Amino acid sequence: MSNSDAFISIRNVQKFFGTFRAIESVSMDIGQGEFFSLLGASGCGKTTLLRMLAGFEDTSAGEIYIDGQPMSDVPPHQRPVNMVFQSYAIFPHLNVRDNIAYGLRKRKLTRAQRYELVDEMLDLIKLPGYGTRKANELSGGQRQRIALARALILRPKVLLLDEPLGALDKQLREQMQLELRALQRKVGITFVFVTHDQEEALTLSDRIAVMAGGKVLQVDTPQGLYEAPVSRTVASFIGNMNFFEGRVRRNGAATGAVEAEGLGTIPIPVDRLTRPDGAPVQVALRPEKFALTATRPDGDVPAVPARLNTAAYLGERSHYYVAIDGRTAPVAVSSPNVSRVNGPAQAGSDLWLSWSPDAVVILDPD
Amino acid sequence: MSDRGTYIERPNRPLQVYAAIFLIVLYVPILFIPLFSFNDSIYVSFPLTGFTTKWYSELWSREPLWNALWNSVKVGAVVSVICTILGVIAARAITRYRMPGKSALVTFLMMPLVIPGIIFGVALLVLLSRAGVPLSLYTVGLGHLIVCLPFAVATLLPRFEGFDPSMEEASADLGENGWFTFWRVTFPMVFPGVVASLLLTFTISFDEFIMAFFLTGTDPTLPMYIWGQLRFPQQFPSVLAMSSLILFASFVLVFIAQWIGRMGLEKK
Repeated sequence: MSNSDAFISIRNVQKFFGTFRAIESVSMDIGQGEFFSLLGASGCGKTTLLRMLAGFEDTSAGEIYIDGQPMSDVPPHQRPVNMVFQSYAIFPHLNVRDNIAYGLRKRKLTRAQRYELVDEMLDLIKLPGYGTRKANELSGGQRQRIALARALILRPKVLLLDEPLGALDKQLREQMQLELRALQRKVGITFVFVTHDQEEALTLSDRIAVMAGGKVLQVDTPQGLYEAPVSRTVASFIGNMNFFEGRVRRNGAATGAVEAEGLGTIPIPVDRLTRPDGAPVQVALRPEKFALTATRPDGDVPAVPARLNTAAYLGERSHYYVAIDGRTAPVAVSSPNVSRVNGPAQAGSDLWLSWSPDAVVILDPD
Repeated sequence: MSDRGTYIERPNRPLQVYAAIFLIVLYVPILFIPLFSFNDSIYVSFPLTGFTTKWYSELWSREPLWNALWNSVKVGAVVSVICTILGVIAARAITRYRMPGKSALVTFLMMPLVIPGIIFGVALLVLLSRAGVPLSLYTVGLGHLIVCLPFAVATLLPRFEGFDPSMEEASADLGENGWFTFWRVTFPMVFPGVVASLLLTFTISFDEFIMAFFLTGTDPTLPMYIWGQLRFPQQFPSVLAMSSLILFASFVLVFIAQWIGRMGLEKK
């Protein structure tokens, strides 16, 4: 049926809206207590997938299992999941306490028990004493917390979050990210989090599924996605990436290499080369894996001469575009401004471009 | 140059005069009704002969008048409740579901607003007499349903349109089925619209004449009774007194309906 340790198991799920295929056969497993993000641009199907977990959309094909139970025939109000909506959907006719206690009707609690649970939640979300406030007296960040409390008070097996931080300004968003992560660790509930903000996904998640065009491109840890993307789409969606045309050079069984345009031959352990000798590949290197120096670096570090095209000073770091021989497109380099003197060099100056061979990513051509 | 306010808010004298004349032309004729209802003469003519409230006190002793009033209240109450229930159902369907021919459906729902009442009245009369249904307050109520339904829908639609569908999803997500979601979320949120619809449709049914004219049996509604009294000149001042009261009550009801109907909407 599904992996034994998978708490949520999505098996070959498809979704059609008329003839439009919103989800194209998605399968993945989410573990218990995991902070799992669905990341993608708008229209990639991430929200549709989340709404299928909540039961607001039917699956056109495939099955979703939560805690081992198939969910196809379970209506939203009977699923062991709760959701934080993008608009928060705080009931405007109820005060904060009645909003949070909304789902407790069937629990047959006394009023005092209900209020006690609500007060516990208000402490948890750091809004103690807000119980009698009206919904329209709350700020965006407060509404977001009330929506969280209203879902968490029911102790769901899974909490679904649909871009819950999207409506907040930058500072508040960063603060809420930290609080959300701390809260998730504290309650230990599986979170499935939808976002289009890659930085937010990297900050919060245990694992991330990158989606595009209704397909899951890669499911991995933040570090895995960033350091070892499986395709050009994933590599360029998470952070920035330089791509070089390259060719596999196998020197017998022991050592291998790739030949990349402008960078020369880069030694690569053989086990990282999947394609045969001479096959075309893409060599990918992130801007911060490069270093720019005035003189050729000492030792065995690979380096090529480069000419500085443009430099942008961004405070903690600077972004450079450099031209190298054998490649028409400039190479993007990002380096931290460690001391005051190594700020942006003059455009047109001749420098040396070096990189760490460990950071090289080899991708199949598109 | 002196500050004359913003471009839009700049005072415009001719427009103000026009607005004043417009309102005077609209409402002064109606104001003659209460004016003459206090006049101590059975003839509606100037000069006024003296102040009296006897036309009002005379109303108290008229049995048929109170019967007619009670008939109108009964019809109005039933019609307003049925119209508002149908209006809630229609407004929710129109705003929630994707369906083919939705705009045509809305147009048909609103059509009775522009179709002359006399046509509907004649049509219903022909239909009912062919079907052998005797005319009664029920047939009047049927006519009033047609007249009042567009007003109910028009009052309730904005309420449902300004309603975030994720509110109902949130309720389902928190464990409530469709029935409880309706009573715990949907109904409280559209409640001001429901009250406004009840008041408005009641007022319209209460004042309606043309449908009642065709469809009344032996029990007259209040407008029918008033019309019947117009044949007797000596009754006319009492009719004026009664009309003044109806005018006042209608004004208050519609005012309350508008006020409640807008509650909470302007914030959005």
